[in-house]
Amino acid sequence: MQSLTKNLASKIALLPMIIISLTVFVGCIIYSFVYSLTGSKLIPALNYVGFKQYEMLFKSRKWDVAVENIFIYGFVFTIGCLVIGFLLAVLIDQKIRGESLFRTIFLYPYAMSFVVTGLVWKWVLNPTFGFEHSMHLWGFDWFKLDWLVNRELAIYAVCIAAVWQGAGFVMVLMLAGLRGIDDDIWKSLSIEGIPKWKSYLFVILPMIRPMVVTSIVLIAAGVVKVYDLILALTSGGPGFATTTPAMYVMENFFSRANLGQAFAASIIMFISVVCILAPWAYYEFYYRNKEAKA
Amino acid sequence: MSVSSISIEPNGSKPKHLTIGRIGLYCFILMCALFFLMPLYVMIVTSLKDMDEIRSGNLLYIPKTLSFYAWPKAWSEACTGFVCEGLKPGLINSIKITVPSVIVSVSLGALNGYALAFWRFKGAYLFFGLCLFGAFIPYQVMVYPLLKIESAIGIYSSLPGIILVHTIFGMPILTLIFRNFYASLPIDLFKAARIDGGNFLKIFFYVIIPMSTPITIVAVILQVTGIWNDFLLGLVFAGRDNQPMTVQLNNIVQVDFGVAEYNVDMAATILTSMIPLAVYFISGRWFVRGIAAGAIKG
Repeated sequence: MQSLTKNLASKIALLPMIIISLTVFVGCIIYSFVYSLTGSKLIPALNYVGFKQYEMLFKSRKWDVAVENIFIYGFVFTIGCLVIGFLLAVLIDQKIRGESLFRTIFLYPYAMSFVVTGLVWKWVLNPTFGFEHSMHLWGFDWFKLDWLVNRELAIYAVCIAAVWQGAGFVMVLMLAGLRGIDDDIWKSLSIEGIPKWKSYLFVILPMIRPMVVTSIVLIAAGVVKVYDLILALTSGGPGFATTTPAMYVMENFFSRANLGQAFAASIIMFISVVCILAPWAYYEFYYRNKEAKA
Repeated sequence: MSVSSISIEPNGSKPKHLTIGRIGLYCFILMCALFFLMPLYVMIVTSLKDMDEIRSGNLLYIPKTLSFYAWPKAWSEACTGFVCEGLKPGLINSIKITVPSVIVSVSLGALNGYALAFWRFKGAYLFFGLCLFGAFIPYQVMVYPLLKIESAIGIYSSLPGIILVHTIFGMPILTLIFRNFYASLPIDLFKAARIDGGNFLKIFFYVIIPMSTPITIVAVILQVTGIWNDFLLGLVFAGRDNQPMTVQLNNIVQVDFGVAEYNVDMAATILTSMIPLAVYFISGRWFVRGIAAGAIKG
């Protein structure tokens, strides 16, 4: 009894967190998994069908497109954010004038919602009145920017909007890393006569590895969730060319009344997030602790 | 690394001489800045043009004749589906959702962080780990079961329903940043308060809260922008009568019938992003700290 009443106030204070962790974070996954094994349509029903929903999912053409899109988007968006974010951080790190102004400019898109980001780029990339039209008015008649109505290229339009929104975030993280580099390292690098770009790429970048890893994990974990941005920018179109797993799940939940299928797809989404996080979590919490102790 | 030690301010003096390399550097950074500013600029000028000029003119030019037609229309007349009341109800809804959600979630995050930092008990960190893990689960996995839980207790599709959802999903990150902040405070302070006979709540209210201003500002900024910009949760949990601004904005722009009025769309888009942008421009450095605090563990 004594062990239970020890720190009782703290236990009571943390009760909401404990309940939420168990019912929402763990409970929802179990619930989704159980019902992903059923043939639920409009309402959840416990008519087990084994792994049939998953079979159907992997045979679905739309799911194929969704998975392909999420790989393209994940790759382009992650690399784009990292390269541009790092580049901007390096530029800002050159002791330039008006630094805080530039920082503010590069980061403001991050304060905007995905819906706003999507709608703005939808307008800029509008094939009739958007940027293409401007180029035509300037006499560049050959110029073409029809990505939003092009099945092959629409997903890259999503990437541009997403990189525009997220690059500033990576810049802040990288800049925090760069500003943590000791001045002595820069001095010895310049004494050695190593060009600046080489120093950044081969000496400094490996030194801020923790920041790079954190950026990659945070971006990648966000990739799987992408929903509002695409809904606003392309609504998943043209056709279903820019659909993503998150859209597939939401569609089956709320407009196609195909719950079993939605649960199965959401479980696959969950597993993919775990696959992204597990190696990082292992490194961060287990490997590092071991290193610290040794 | 604690939040207060994160700095992205430059050190050392600025170089005095302009070399060709530095001119090139400035040109390049200026071009980057123009690219980042372009969508905001296009939004503003488009909202101030009339439709004729939008159809015939150049997207990137400033309006030939200023037209203020779009703004009042976006504010109080634009149609979302069958209702034509503009974004005004959405703004009110967003405020009704954001204010209580921020207060509840930040208070709970502070309390959790305090309990975890100073009143550790066996198993507390297991649940904390579980809670953090929750931050990475895609919403789509939890949306439907959570909807079932909420309708079982009768708050689905209502204001308390959406506030609860925001509190739940804000909890991992808020608990983390408050715990990290409190863990960086000197432990002797807490010990002294204990010797003076303070209990759990007394120490929280009289010692800890007065010291929490910086981290609370960071947490509030994080939550205000996050909740204001949310779309998915508002769409599913708020119900028809409480739809936040982001959902209404999307409905206004994506209408299938009638002529698309791009100037009204852009005015509506600016209106929706006004609050988070204001928070961003006013808070500046604090916003950056919020990002860094959310990103850096341990």
